[in-house]
Amino acid sequence: MRHIISVLMENEPGALSRVVGLFSQRNFNIESLTVAPTEDETLSRLTVTTVGDDRVVEQITKQLNKLIDVVKVVDLTEGDHLERELMMIKMKANNGTVRAEIKRTADIFRGTIIDVTPNTFTVQLVGASSKLDAFIEALGSSNIMEVVRSGVSGIARGEKVLTL
Amino acid sequence: MELLSGAEMVVRALRDEGVKFIYGYPGGALLHIYDAIFTQDDVEHVLVRHEQAATHMADAYARATGKAGVALVTSGPGATNAVTGIATAYMDSIPMVVITGQVMSHLIGEDAFQETDMIGVSRPIVKHSFSVQSPEEIPEIIKKAFHIAESGRPGPVVVDIPKDMTTPTERYEYEYPKNVKMRSYNPISKGHTGQIKKAVDMLLAAKRPVLYTGGGVIMGDASEQLIALAKELGYPVTNTLMGLGGYPGTDPQFIGMLGMHGSYEANMAMHHSDMILCVGARFDDRVTNGTDKFCPTAKIVHIDIDPASISKTIKADVPIVGPAQAVLKEMLEQVQAAKNSPCAESLKAWWEQIDEWRGRHGGRFRTDDSELMKPQQVIEMLSKVTNGDAYVCSDVGQHQMFAAQYYKFNKPNRWINSGGLGTMGFGLPAAMGVKMNFPEEEVVCVTGEGSIQMNIQELSTISQYDIPVKVICLNNQSLGMVRQWQDMNYESRHSQSYMKSLPDFVKLVESYGHVGIKVERYEDLEDAMREAFAMKDRMVFMDIAVDPFEHVYPMQVPRGSMRDMWLSKTERT
Ligand SMILES: Cc1cc2nc3c(=O)[nH]c(=O)nc-3n(C[C@H](O)[C@H](O)[C@H](O)COP(=O)(O)OP(=O)(O)OC[C@H]3O[C@@H](n4cnc5c(N)ncnc54)[C@H](O)[C@@H]3O)c2cc1C
Ligand SMILES: Cc1ncc(C[n+]2csc(CCOP(=O)(O)OP(=O)(O)O)c2C)c(N)n1
Ligand SMILES: [Mg+2]
Repeated sequence: MRHIISVLMENEPGALSRVVGLFSQRNFNIESLTVAPTEDETLSRLTVTTVGDDRVVEQITKQLNKLIDVVKVVDLTEGDHLERELMMIKMKANNGTVRAEIKRTADIFRGTIIDVTPNTFTVQLVGASSKLDAFIEALGSSNIMEVVRSGVSGIARGEKVLTL
Repeated sequence: MELLSGAEMVVRALRDEGVKFIYGYPGGALLHIYDAIFTQDDVEHVLVRHEQAATHMADAYARATGKAGVALVTSGPGATNAVTGIATAYMDSIPMVVITGQVMSHLIGEDAFQETDMIGVSRPIVKHSFSVQSPEEIPEIIKKAFHIAESGRPGPVVVDIPKDMTTPTERYEYEYPKNVKMRSYNPISKGHTGQIKKAVDMLLAAKRPVLYTGGGVIMGDASEQLIALAKELGYPVTNTLMGLGGYPGTDPQFIGMLGMHGSYEANMAMHHSDMILCVGARFDDRVTNGTDKFCPTAKIVHIDIDPASISKTIKADVPIVGPAQAVLKEMLEQVQAAKNSPCAESLKAWWEQIDEWRGRHGGRFRTDDSELMKPQQVIEMLSKVTNGDAYVCSDVGQHQMFAAQYYKFNKPNRWINSGGLGTMGFGLPAAMGVKMNFPEEEVVCVTGEGSIQMNIQELSTISQYDIPVKVICLNNQSLGMVRQWQDMNYESRHSQSYMKSLPDFVKLVESYGHVGIKVERYEDLEDAMREAFAMKDRMVFMDIAVDPFEHVYPMQVPRGSMRDMWLSKTERT
C-alpha cells in the first residue's frame, strides 16, 4: 500500500542525507520526497511517499524515529488527510486545434496556463498525485515536452497537527 | 572561566567525561590535538599499530564496562581504517566515541590531502555523528556524543573535527556541560505496566516456556534481574551468542546457546515451546533459521529498548519497549504479587522433555577420529584452568563457536566477541583493551591462525604498554569455518580456505619480546596452559595444533526450522 509519511526534523546539515540514506540502506522504497523549512526555522518538514506492506511501513516509521535528527514522524495515511502535489507541464502547442484541446483539458482539471509561446503551453496543476497522473493521461504523451512534479506534501484533516 | 584552544578542549572534555584511555594513531589533521595530549597526564593515550585495533580496543572496553570507549584517528586513511571497527560496534550495539580528524574547513570538498567525507562514509554504521563547525561547540558535542553512545540502544558516535577547529592560538571559554537535553532524543526509562501485566499473565499460563535472552541483558546490566525472574519461575533459559554470561552457564536452568550453532536442547526447546520471553535479543537470522518455520506453537513476548527491533523479523504478540533492567524488575514484582503461579505439573513434564534432549546430544564430540587434539578439548581445558572466570575475547570462526559452546560463562560482560559483523581480527585488540582496564583479571584471546594474522601487528603495542594477555590460538591450519561450509556444501572443494605459509608463531612473538608455547599433544595441554597462566606479567601465545577436519555442531540446516540440525558429520535431526 502507498503511504505518506511526514517527518519533522532538525534543520541541520546532514539531516536530510541521514533520512535519504536510511531508505537506501534498508532497502525501503521512495516514490517521492519533498523537504523545506517550516515556520520554526530550526525545523524542516519532510514528506516521503513510499509503498510497502504493514511490516515494512512499521519498520520505516520506527527507523525514522530512531534518527537523532528526527523530532517527529507521522504516517498521514493512517488518518484522514489532504494530499497535494504541484506539477508544471510543458507541451507542444503549435496549431489551433492542439491549443484549444490543451486549454479545455486544463480547464477541466482546474489547471492554469502559466507560460505561452507561439509553439508551447506550460500548464500548472495542483492536486493529489492521482489527479496529476490522470491529467497526463488525458493529454496523451505525444505533445508533452517536459514534466516537473514537486512530490507530495500532506497534512492531516481537522484539528490534528504535527508540531513539537 | 578558563580559556582553552579547541585541541585542549577535546582532551579536557574527555577527562571531564571520566575517560582514562584513548586509543589512537596520530596524523596531520590531529597534530594540534596530539600536542594537547602531550602536555597533560589525566588521559593516557595508547598508540596502536593500526587504527582498526584502536577501535576494537575502545569497543572491548565498552563491552566489559558498559561505558563508551574512545578512539582517535586522523583524517583520510586513519578514518577509513577505523571503519571496520565502527561497523563492528554498530552491529553489536556497543557504545563508542570515535574522534576523527578532518582537513581544514575551507578545504572541505576540494579533494584536499587526506580528505575523506567521514560523516558520509560512516553514516550507515553510526548511531549518530557530529561535525564540529566552531571550536566553542566542542564541549557540548563531546558531551552529547557520550550521552547518545551510552543511552538507549547503545552505539558508536563519530565526531569529525576539522583541523582549524583545534588551532592552539585561538582560545575560548571552556565549561563541560553537566547534562544535555535534546528535544529529538529521549531514551525510554521504563516499560508499559499494562503490557508487562499481559506478559506476566502469559508467562504464568505457559506450559512450555523458554526465556531467550541476548546482548541487551549484557549491555543493559540486567543479568541480576534476569536471574531473579528465572529463579522465581523455574523456567529454562537460553542465550544468544551476544547474551552469553547473562545467565550463569553452569546453572541447571541454562540450556545453552541457541541458533545456528546452538545446543540441541536449546533449539529443540525453542521449537516446541508455547511461550517465548525474549529479552534484549533481536531474532537474528543466525538464531531463527527460516522465519516462516520459526517456533510454530509459541506466543512471543519481546522486551527491547529499541522499538525497531520488535517485530522486525518475527512478529511479537506482546511488545514491551523499555530497558531490560527496569522491565524485568517490574515483571518479577508482578509475578510475585500474582495470585496464580506456574503449573507445576506442566513445568515438570517440560523439564523432563528438556533433560531428555540434553541427554541425547548434550555437546558431545568425538576424540577417537583423529591423532590431533580437538579444539573443543582446548576450550574445556581453558574453562577449567581459568575457573570460568576469565575475560574471553574471541576472533571469528570455528574457534569462536567452540569458545561459545564450551567455555562456561558465569558472569556477564566477560565474553567479548564480534557477533553481528563477525570481524576477524577483533580478538587480540579486544583482549588488549580489556586487560589495560582490568590489569588484575585474567584476559584471554581465543583465536585461529587465520584471524590472528589480521591484527598481528598489535604484538608491538603489547610490548610497548606491557599488556600481558594470553592468546590461545586454535591452529587448524585452515580457515576452518569456511572449510566447514565447503565440506558441507561444495563437496570439500577447499577453495582458498587453506592457510599455506604460516609463520612460526613462537618465533614471531619472541621477536616482539613475548613468550611463545607450542602444544601438539593433548597430554601436554594442561601443564602448558597452567604454565602460561602462571606467567602473570608476560604476554603468552599458545600455538595449539588442533584437528583441521573438525566441524562445529550442531549446525542448523539452512532455511529449516530451529529443530532442523546436523548433529555430526553423519547425523541429522
Ligand atoms: C560465525 C558466527 C556464527 C554465529 N552463530 C550464532 C549462533 O549460533 N547463535 C547466536 O545466537 N548467534 C550467532 N551469531 C551471532 C549473530 O550473528 C548475532 O550477532 C546474534 O545472534 C545477535 O544477538 P542478540 O539477538 O542478542 O542481539 P544483539 O546484537 O546483542 O542486540 C541486542 C538487542 O538488545 C537490545 N537492547 C540493547 N540494550 C538494551 C537494554 N538495555 N534493554 C533492552 N534491550 C536492549 C537492542 O536494541 C537489540 O535489539 C554468530 C556469529 C558469527 C560471526
Ligand atoms: C575480516 C573477515 N574476513 C572474512 C571473514 C569470513 N570468515 C569467517 S570465519 C573465517 C575463517 C577464520 O579462520 P580462523 O581464524 O583460522 O578460524 P577457524 O575457523 O579456523 O577456527 C573467515 C574467512 C570474516 N568473518 N571476517
Ligand atoms: Mg583456522
